[in-house]
Amino acid sequence: MTASPAPELGSLAGIAASVRAGERSARAVLAVSLDRVRELEGDLHCFNEVTVEAAEADADAVDRLVRSGLDPGPLAGVPVALKDNLCTVGIPTTCSSKILAGWLPPYDATVVSRLRDAGAVAIGKTNLDEFAMGSSTENSAFGPTRNPWDLGRVPGGSSGGSAAAVAAGMVPLAFGSDTGGSIRQPAALCGIVGVKPTYGVVSRYGLIAFASSLDQIGPFAITVADAALGLEVIAGHDPMDSTSLDRPAPSLLATLDAGVSGLRVGIVADFLSEGSECGDAVVAAAEALAVAGAKVDQVRIPDLLLGLPAYYVIAPAEASSNLSRYDGVRYGLRVDGPDTETMNARTRGEGFGAEVKRRIMMGTYALSAGYYDAYYGQAQKARTLVIRAFEAAYRDFDVLLTPTTPSVAFPFGSKVDDPIEMYMCDLCSIPSSLAGHPAASVPFALSPEGLPIGVQVLAPALGEAVMMRVAASLEAAAPREARGPVSP
Amino acid sequence: MTEYETVVGLEVHCELATATKLFCGCRNAFGDEPNTNVCPVCLGLPGSLPVINRRAVELALRIGAALNCTAQRSIFHRKNYFYPDMPKDYQISQYDEPINVDGWLELPDGSRVGVERAHMEEDTGKTTHVGGGGRIHEASYSLVDYNRAGVPLVEIVSRPDIRSAAQARAYVDELRSILVATGVSDGRMEEGSLRVDANVSVRPVGSTEFGTRCEVKNLNSLRSLERAIDYEVERQIALIESGERVAQETRHWDEGDSSTHSMRSKEEANDYRYFPEPDLTPLLPDARLLAAAAEGVGPMPAERRHRLSDLVSGNSELATRRDGSTDQVVTVVDLGLDELVVGAVAAGADPRLALARAANEAAANPDAAKLLDPAAFAALLKMESSGQLSATQSKEVLAELMTHGGDPGQIVARLGYQAMDAAALGSMVDDVIASNLEEWQRYCGGDEKVAQFLLGQVMRASKGRANGKLVAAAFAARRKA
Repeated sequence: MTASPAPELGSLAGIAASVRAGERSARAVLAVSLDRVRELEGDLHCFNEVTVEAAEADADAVDRLVRSGLDPGPLAGVPVALKDNLCTVGIPTTCSSKILAGWLPPYDATVVSRLRDAGAVAIGKTNLDEFAMGSSTENSAFGPTRNPWDLGRVPGGSSGGSAAAVAAGMVPLAFGSDTGGSIRQPAALCGIVGVKPTYGVVSRYGLIAFASSLDQIGPFAITVADAALGLEVIAGHDPMDSTSLDRPAPSLLATLDAGVSGLRVGIVADFLSEGSECGDAVVAAAEALAVAGAKVDQVRIPDLLLGLPAYYVIAPAEASSNLSRYDGVRYGLRVDGPDTETMNARTRGEGFGAEVKRRIMMGTYALSAGYYDAYYGQAQKARTLVIRAFEAAYRDFDVLLTPTTPSVAFPFGSKVDDPIEMYMCDLCSIPSSLAGHPAASVPFALSPEGLPIGVQVLAPALGEAVMMRVAASLEAAAPREARGPVSP
Repeated sequence: MTEYETVVGLEVHCELATATKLFCGCRNAFGDEPNTNVCPVCLGLPGSLPVINRRAVELALRIGAALNCTAQRSIFHRKNYFYPDMPKDYQISQYDEPINVDGWLELPDGSRVGVERAHMEEDTGKTTHVGGGGRIHEASYSLVDYNRAGVPLVEIVSRPDIRSAAQARAYVDELRSILVATGVSDGRMEEGSLRVDANVSVRPVGSTEFGTRCEVKNLNSLRSLERAIDYEVERQIALIESGERVAQETRHWDEGDSSTHSMRSKEEANDYRYFPEPDLTPLLPDARLLAAAAEGVGPMPAERRHRLSDLVSGNSELATRRDGSTDQVVTVVDLGLDELVVGAVAAGADPRLALARAANEAAANPDAAKLLDPAAFAALLKMESSGQLSATQSKEVLAELMTHGGDPGQIVARLGYQAMDAAALGSMVDDVIASNLEEWQRYCGGDEKVAQFLLGQVMRASKGRANGKLVAAAFAARRKA
């Protein structure tokens, strides 16, 4: 354990306020961020691409607005990192896959446009498990990202690059996507806050799809308040996404400090295994909330355990279809062949990594004639049971608490040869994904070896405001040393 | 020898005449430069998402209404298979919950064909194989044009109610009339706006079970459809008669050698792995959508033909295409000129004359004809009926009315048309008799065929001003005398 506290860039509100007031230039803020990247990127490999020139141009544009007396927005001059599955016009967007290496999207994801409109300055594209499939970033075609708390351990995944960049103090805000835990799990393993919003709160337009019915974009930040601001900026209806909810962005900051007095908090007992440090942290977190005035009780929701197997049918099924388009015909890698079928097969054979191929095969199988009812059909029924189980629990509770992950950050190579072991990382995060509910991971404790432990706050659909209130209370009760930023 | 019955079901793909594509804002246009009407969505670029075109939903519901279907809550599925002209390598289509179900279509002969469903889906791009005579396996390379990718389609699936190639043709013909009349499609088979696949089987007459069917593709015209079905029926009967079995398969109609060929390809073994499209939400036919759909749905061609036949002949059952006398009814309804005829008759015009002028002279320029004022049309026809104008003159005035509009009376005056007075007509008839004595003798001897010749001579001498009926009467009177 070698991590030590890192210099902080300051809160988002603080950065934006000073840039808006002309006290600090966006260019100067960017320089601090890029210096930190130069210092640590060689050790951590958070980025697939650092876009220095584009970032400098964006920062200059913010500074020009300030000089002309205009407001660049609530994230004025805030350096942000984007998971490399968010489309950025003219900047390579690869999903950490050979099959998309060098692909230049002709358009920006809605989230990327909204960040720019809010004055944020994107500094680069972060590493991920190929096509967001994985829990360690080891499935990246371009090499893994390391955890700034311990360079011998994984940062989690799939949004490992974004989580590590925030945890190392390279950027105060980063964005990832969460399909079954890909924001919350790396946030927990890196000692930062990660939020998966309600399905439909954030537009998926320009997010390269893994599993369309589950994918959501969300923020990583050091503090709950910064994550809340990050989410407020990117949320809200988008006509380009049919599954985007037709309602304005939630207001989170306004009620963040309202406390938890009178709130009913349920500890999901099914996820507390005996003697687990992550389970202990949840119990401690619940006690802290009780002290702050919440009514805390344990609850058994056994049907949530159906989530994991259901997820590993539904997500691969959707992925098998979403990833068909990488066929060598229009963009990305092409490996030629004597006919179209051979070209398709060779391109996909060389372009996809082992885990992506495994999931495409699982998903294809689950949707096949004769197996559909037994697999995909059953999984959808299990998904319905998870949703019903949550409905019942939320009649008695305003929020639920679980560990974010079954364990702290694990060493490289310790799970790559056992897919099932790796899939178990998502056990606690998957049920909310299947239900489309919001969930947040908050750093709450350190393990005996000095690794961060996250606690997960779950809320019903559109319960972001109450969820973030609870997260803020947990943050207030947690030891400062349990969260980043840290220097490796 | 066993007698066989033909059983046909048709799948008709209709491109909707929307301004933009089904899931994006790209232009829906035929014949533009390749890959000019494309965007991230219809190219299926990573990260792009479909958003349904409400107008396409309205038009799909309109087809359903015109085909007497029930509109219902529907969802989209993904149909997964690899093909270069499909940008996402899946097609967004409706599967087991389509937007329209359970309708029927009435043909001009009064028969009804059931419509099982009419569902929405997106079109694919077009692949051109270069080299090797355009065949995929011998081509040196292929070019793909994605302008058509994402164009809205409605697939109309008939029940296996069709019993002959001719009936199949009549069904498609009638369907096309309806699609054009309701403004849903331009109905151009040659441009691929309307594409037909035929499921063909045969069975012994009297059998209630269906035979094994073959799906015949590449039917690019009504003629191909009719010929391909006839060919396929003969082929299947020959197989059965020789003790063989018909294999269920997809067959390709080859116009060149006038036969169908088996398309034993990998495509047939495809498992499409349909599952609900997670990027789209269910479609609910709410009141607003249904109202918009109902807008273009007036009386259907069958009903309009009955009304017109009734008006002209007092017999609404005459409307068969094979009957020469009622071809005019079909033409007039197809061109949407029946309102003109009905209006003119209401204003006092002779129904048969109104129908004839509409089906011939007006039909030559249907766009202009639709703008004709029925009252003006009626006024002109009345001048012709009364003998004030000859048929030739009447047609001239009608052409003038269609190109420039105006009042028929004033046009007649301006062109200097007036009825020839009886004396002038009489002397012209006498002149013709004097210079064609031989023909006149034959006519007087009872040869009616020569009457047309004599009439023609008078018409020529009068430069079309003479009224044909009066001339015929004048000849008849002189023969009697």
